[in-house]
Amino acid sequence: MLNVLDETVNPVEPFLRSDRMPHIWCPGCGIGTTVNSFARALIESKIDLESLALVSGIGCTGRVAGYVKLDSFHTTHGRAIPFATGLKLANPKLNVVVYSGDGDLSAIGGNHLIHAARRNIDLKVICVNNLIYAMTGGQTAPTTPGHATTSTNPYGTFEPAFNLPHLVDAAGAVYVARWTTFHVRQLARSISEAFAKKGFSFIEVISPCPTLYQRRNKMGDGLDTMKYYKEKSKVKNGAPTGEVGLTLNGEIAVGKFVDRDRPDYQTMMRAQYVEALGDRYVDVPDPEESDMECVCG
Amino acid sequence: MKADPHGVLTGTHFMDGDHACCEGALAAGARFAAGYPITPSTEVVERFAARVPTVGGTFIQMEDELAASIALQGGVWGGAKAFTVTSGPGFSLMMEHIGYAAMTETPCVFVDVQRGGPSTGLPTLPAQADMMQARWGSHGDYEIIALCPNSPQECFDLTIRAFNLAEEFRVPVMFMMDEVVGHMTEKVVIPPADQIEVTPRKHTHKSIEDYLPYATNGDLVPEMAHAGEGYKFHVTGLTHDERGYPNMTPQTQDKLVRRLQNKIRVAADRICLFEEDRLEDADVVVVSYGITSRVAQRAIDAGRARGLRVGKLRLITAWPFPDKKIVELAARVKAFVVPELNLGQMVREVERAAAGKAKTLAVTHAGGGVHNPDEILNAIVEASRC
Amino acid sequence: MAKGRVSVVVERCKACGFCVEFCPTHVLALSSAFNSKGYHPPHVVHPEKCSGCDLCGMYCPDFAIYGTKVPSEKSPEKAGGEK
Repeated sequence: MLNVLDETVNPVEPFLRSDRMPHIWCPGCGIGTTVNSFARALIESKIDLESLALVSGIGCTGRVAGYVKLDSFHTTHGRAIPFATGLKLANPKLNVVVYSGDGDLSAIGGNHLIHAARRNIDLKVICVNNLIYAMTGGQTAPTTPGHATTSTNPYGTFEPAFNLPHLVDAAGAVYVARWTTFHVRQLARSISEAFAKKGFSFIEVISPCPTLYQRRNKMGDGLDTMKYYKEKSKVKNGAPTGEVGLTLNGEIAVGKFVDRDRPDYQTMMRAQYVEALGDRYVDVPDPEESDMECVCG
Repeated sequence: MKADPHGVLTGTHFMDGDHACCEGALAAGARFAAGYPITPSTEVVERFAARVPTVGGTFIQMEDELAASIALQGGVWGGAKAFTVTSGPGFSLMMEHIGYAAMTETPCVFVDVQRGGPSTGLPTLPAQADMMQARWGSHGDYEIIALCPNSPQECFDLTIRAFNLAEEFRVPVMFMMDEVVGHMTEKVVIPPADQIEVTPRKHTHKSIEDYLPYATNGDLVPEMAHAGEGYKFHVTGLTHDERGYPNMTPQTQDKLVRRLQNKIRVAADRICLFEEDRLEDADVVVVSYGITSRVAQRAIDAGRARGLRVGKLRLITAWPFPDKKIVELAARVKAFVVPELNLGQMVREVERAAAGKAKTLAVTHAGGGVHNPDEILNAIVEASRC
Repeated sequence: MAKGRVSVVVERCKACGFCVEFCPTHVLALSSAFNSKGYHPPHVVHPEKCSGCDLCGMYCPDFAIYGTKVPSEKSPEKAGGEK
């Protein structure tokens, strides 16, 4: 199948829809790199792949759903999180990952991001942040640092950018981390840690978009950006999220910022119902045991 | 298969349409609803919120209709029968996700308790002005099914039918109530569960290796799987092939979109439900639906009392539109009278199908109340003179 | 005897250079060969230095390269990825 002359297998290959390779991401784009870390985390955490569902939105990162060999849902722009919420509530046994981009999750999807964090829905959100709307040609995103050049701010952006860890921390997320695509092992470890937690986990991964963000801002190609991440990143585990905002050329604070425990949505829901209804409360049915199975011809 | 008794509130009740709709959903097997409050629909989910924890299921009030309209689809793919409930402004917000449900063939029900519009309009007063939106509101080519109850009893019965059609055709079904039907209180008889037929999910029996999420074997509706069963399938709103993989070519587009259309159109005769009264000798046919059909009944009876040969065609299924029936009638009647709580929506369909073979008189009403039966009677009289 | 071996999926490579840069023992360089898309895939220039750490594989955005540990003489099982 592939032109590998030996019998070894790429560790990430079992997680890919090999029949859809090569993917559409540009040379030097970091999204594929994040998928490697994701695959390693799945291996490390021994996650049962049959009860894992991956939901994405629209955009370059949104295409991850189509490339992973999992139950995967490529939904509408900004709405991966509410779709994922529905999946998780209907089948609490699922491990639900939301894998989407900064524009999708924090602009059009911003409302859903903060409410899911507030509710502490048990979702693992991987937000690949390339600081731009890449798929549509390089428009300003809520995360684009000030004074960057984009196609909708051809004279330079002037809006303050979101500090995503701060936003989701304030909204109530129980696990908040940021890495870059340079930090492949740390990212895999964070994803594993998120899998071990119940509640709303948010992992931001700063990633190159060499074709648009880096090119328009004369920051070189993907490799230049990876070296830049290596140089500018500073690990600041436990840093107050208010202090980890990004700027055009400044330090990139990375690390695990928030790791706390509070009951997730379903735990709280159940507790409330049991308190109010006692024996009358009936648990959410297990979809595998329901008679949804049909006798279709 | 028979309804699950846990969701069936067997008995004789005095309840309004909103409440009856909720009971219909539970009887149909709905165990997931995501909603957002909007008058005059809110009671449907308020009741569901109260009922479902003792039946076994989930209600979540989402942060907006955009979230509600897709959370319910996540619920479907997670294994539940699911629905949401809204009115005009929320219905508008849900349009993208109605298109997503149509494109991904997610079986689900969207209840629209219509109120005066456009925009915020008349939140507490009736209209029937979302009928075209129900059919055409989302972008692109797709078909949906729309049902119009005209009583709380029908809000119960037809909600079950809505869920059944959704499952059979893997399509979003629009349940087009109006504020009067939603808020009127009448007798609702809920039979025992073993007298209620519910259509189960069209779940695949294929092995994991053989299953293709969007392959059909001649019946135009693919078999479904749920997340968590090991099928590792992909669902996307992009134009896709039988594997569910994005395949953005004109050929794939043609094949997919025509199948989405045909799966409904080919079965239109089976899907279309309407009520007929005294059509055999009619010169004039009153075509109506929802609350307006109750008012129209008064006008039809009055017309007959005067010796006018007027009959009734009540649309229970508004979409697909019963073209065949109109064509058949147009060949032998003088005119159609179409009263609606809007400035002319379904009347256009009647006109189109009649193709000039019979006249069509619209009896419009901008909404906010119901017609006076005399308005409809006058139109019947005028139509009789054609 | 190298502890690891690199495998390259030539047709997937887009010559981004990550693997070359981030291999800790500088095993790789971009070759002068072309794949069918016109990219220069990496090739192994210092095979003896490969530890099989698979950092190349973790960095590769195109799933076009990976490193595996070579089994020692005592255990003749094939080296390979998980699953």
